[in-house]
Amino acid sequence: MLKYLFKRFALLLLAAVVMLPVFAAIEEIEFADDEQKARYQALIAELRCPMCLNSNLAGSDAPIAADLRAEIHEQILAGNSDDQILAFLVDRYGQFILYKPRLQAATALLWFAPPLLLLAGFFIMRRMLSNRRQLAAEQGSLSEQEQQRLQALLGNAGDSNTDKNNKNDDMTGANRG
Amino acid sequence: MSNRAKLFIPAVFFVAMLGLLFYGLGQNPNLVPSALVNRPLPEFSLPSLFETNGVVGSEQLKGGIYLVNFWATWCAPCHVEHPYLVEISERETDITFVGVNYKDDIDDAREFLGERGNPFKLSLVDANGSLGIDFGVAGAPETFLVDQSGTIRYKHVGVIDNRVWDEVFVPLLAELR
Repeated sequence: MLKYLFKRFALLLLAAVVMLPVFAAIEEIEFADDEQKARYQALIAELRCPMCLNSNLAGSDAPIAADLRAEIHEQILAGNSDDQILAFLVDRYGQFILYKPRLQAATALLWFAPPLLLLAGFFIMRRMLSNRRQLAAEQGSLSEQEQQRLQALLGNAGDSNTDKNNKNDDMTGANRG
Repeated sequence: MSNRAKLFIPAVFFVAMLGLLFYGLGQNPNLVPSALVNRPLPEFSLPSLFETNGVVGSEQLKGGIYLVNFWATWCAPCHVEHPYLVEISERETDITFVGVNYKDDIDDAREFLGERGNPFKLSLVDANGSLGIDFGVAGAPETFLVDQSGTIRYKHVGVIDNRVWDEVFVPLLAELR
């Protein structure tokens, strides 16, 4: 019985934890029109909570996130543009508050490193593949001497099928790749 | 470079990445560089905590070294920090301690300072956290060091104790004095 109750309780607790982000999003806010509301939603989705680091303003329970949401709400009602609101916040909290950092000298590495690395990887792969193809092409054609040796070996393999010969065949095979 | 040496490039790259990630683990992710360091103190004019109808304005923070501390009675680390602030303020008499009571109950705040000692020469009330936003504060306690020209020189996030004071503030103060 006790075990059953405990299980029920654990389930309830789990449900409460899972539902936390849902509760966080509910807040009474009013706007003049739907466009303002859409701007508000977009802003709180793309701005980072300065307290919790890994969530946006929309998804954070931290008091500062609520304050900043209220600030953004007020500024939208006051008729400030998105750029003005972002400038206001960057002025106080730094680039850090933007999930999508601006393109500046200080953030250039952040923006360009991933595509550059991808490009570098692509070129390295291409070079490796072409090297391998070249190697295969060089090794694929046997010289006349090699051809004769091959024929001799193949001929030999027919009559004396010893373990030792097999081993040698395998090794030459492996070397040719 | 020989082909054999080339084989080690991925391994070296991997170890370098590992080193970088390990370095990242050692960093405190909560230490976000403040946008306000080396910028003038934001302008404000807010009610005084103790004088009814009294006002504390940013123009009062000129011509000396100031330590602006955001605190609240609901903030547990502020309770930890408080005795250190009292002790340091008694020792460092040339620094004016300014307390910003941040989103707090005023009566609780007065009682707190009355019972445990008041390190602040100036105490003001930021009831809704708007001054906090102007200072780029994410929570309490946060402390700003302001120099003689009214420029913010350093922001400390979290508790100031004797160790933090000696290691961080004393060298900064040596530059200012």
